[in-house]
Amino acid sequence: MFDTALTSADLIFLAKGAGMTIFVTAISVTIGTALGILFGVIRVQLGAVLATPLTFFLDIFRSVPLLIQLVLANAFMGMVLRLQLSGFTIACMVLSLYTAAYCTEIVRSGIDAVPATTRRAARSLGMSWLQDMRYIVMPLATRVALPSWIGLALGVMKDSALVYVVQVTELLKSTQILITRLQEPLFLLMICGAFYFLISFPLARFGGYLEKRWSND
Amino acid sequence: MIEIQNVHKSFGPLEVLKGIDLTVQRGEVVTIIGGSGSGKSTLLTCINGLEPIDSGKILVDGVEVHAKSTNLNKLRQKIGIVFQQWNAFPHLTVLENVTLAPRKVLGLGKAEAEAIAEKQLKHVGLGEKLTTYPGRLSGGQQQRMAIARALAMSPDYMLFDEVTSALDPQLVGEVLETLKMLAEEGMTMICVTHEMAFARDVSDRVAYFHKGIMAEIGAPDQIFGNPQHPETQKFLASVR
Repeated sequence: MFDTALTSADLIFLAKGAGMTIFVTAISVTIGTALGILFGVIRVQLGAVLATPLTFFLDIFRSVPLLIQLVLANAFMGMVLRLQLSGFTIACMVLSLYTAAYCTEIVRSGIDAVPATTRRAARSLGMSWLQDMRYIVMPLATRVALPSWIGLALGVMKDSALVYVVQVTELLKSTQILITRLQEPLFLLMICGAFYFLISFPLARFGGYLEKRWSND
Repeated sequence: MIEIQNVHKSFGPLEVLKGIDLTVQRGEVVTIIGGSGSGKSTLLTCINGLEPIDSGKILVDGVEVHAKSTNLNKLRQKIGIVFQQWNAFPHLTVLENVTLAPRKVLGLGKAEAEAIAEKQLKHVGLGEKLTTYPGRLSGGQQQRMAIARALAMSPDYMLFDEVTSALDPQLVGEVLETLKMLAEEGMTMICVTHEMAFARDVSDRVAYFHKGIMAEIGAPDQIFGNPQHPETQKFLASVR
């Protein structure tokens, strides 16, 4: 039907880019989620007013376009702090905070969804604050927060395409390199899209599976 | 013994407890009746330290509940409380609901905790529902599960806060039967209730609360047969 100059070596090159996308996403979502849980719990414990500085700080990461964050962080680390950080490190740092900023709100709304009366029942059985958090609040909040969290993780995965500005060659950048060489943009973008789909699909399915399992409760 | 001494408690400008004095002996069943907003439910949540008090003292076996040095988590192990809303833990099975606190708070092993939980669940008539999730139970069953959950901690005292008020009328009986059974077994109980027949049946003493004051307390026959305080008379006339 059509000829392509794409070789198996090029496909491996794309797969490596996909590997970088997965790697950056996995690190950022893991760190970002851990920070998001920490910030979310702090946010709930402090209440809206006392947590204003934290909320403001995180709002910056939610409001400023990721591309700008990456460029500015790169410049700040290099020129102001004089730190010789790799593009990969900067990409993970910025994406982690970006994830944490969104995750904090997801965690907060999840915790808020646990009825105060349920928590009171746990405490009146002699459970400590930590035990209530661990055995009652977190499991219930996770059920509420999961769909939003899956959406966030998938979003971060796709947004990670922007880390090419700090010289990280991930999936989209790899595709662009091949496009420049092979001059077959549509075909290559289709393959690139298929890679993104293959990365997203298991996560989305896993989320669906958990939701279904928990709905039996 | 629970000793409540001149307890005052306000929510903002609203004083809900205006100097309550009440002593409940071991083995005694005291029911508290009264209109809504009379402070009766608030008193229960003060007894196990869920709510702070403004002044006065509450002593449970000589330990001051609201003293800074009191370990509330420890104290609550001997004071079971069941609320109007049964507050099942929806992500846990009936058995897990009941074993959670014995395992995590008392540090019992799985087998031991399950043995206790099964015994208590059979006791309240839920022996067949161990692996069911609370969402599949009726309100009455969930409330009985909440009672078993509190009993599994082997408390010395049980507080019941309008435990039948949120139930469909046909489910009230099964829960009241459970409470009656506990009373007959000698459990020390303070029950806030709107079920007058129940109060008359099971109580050693009945207290009538009116606007944050304990207007009257006495044997059930006296309170229901020959109430002294005009507000008690008015209240009982209105609920009959």
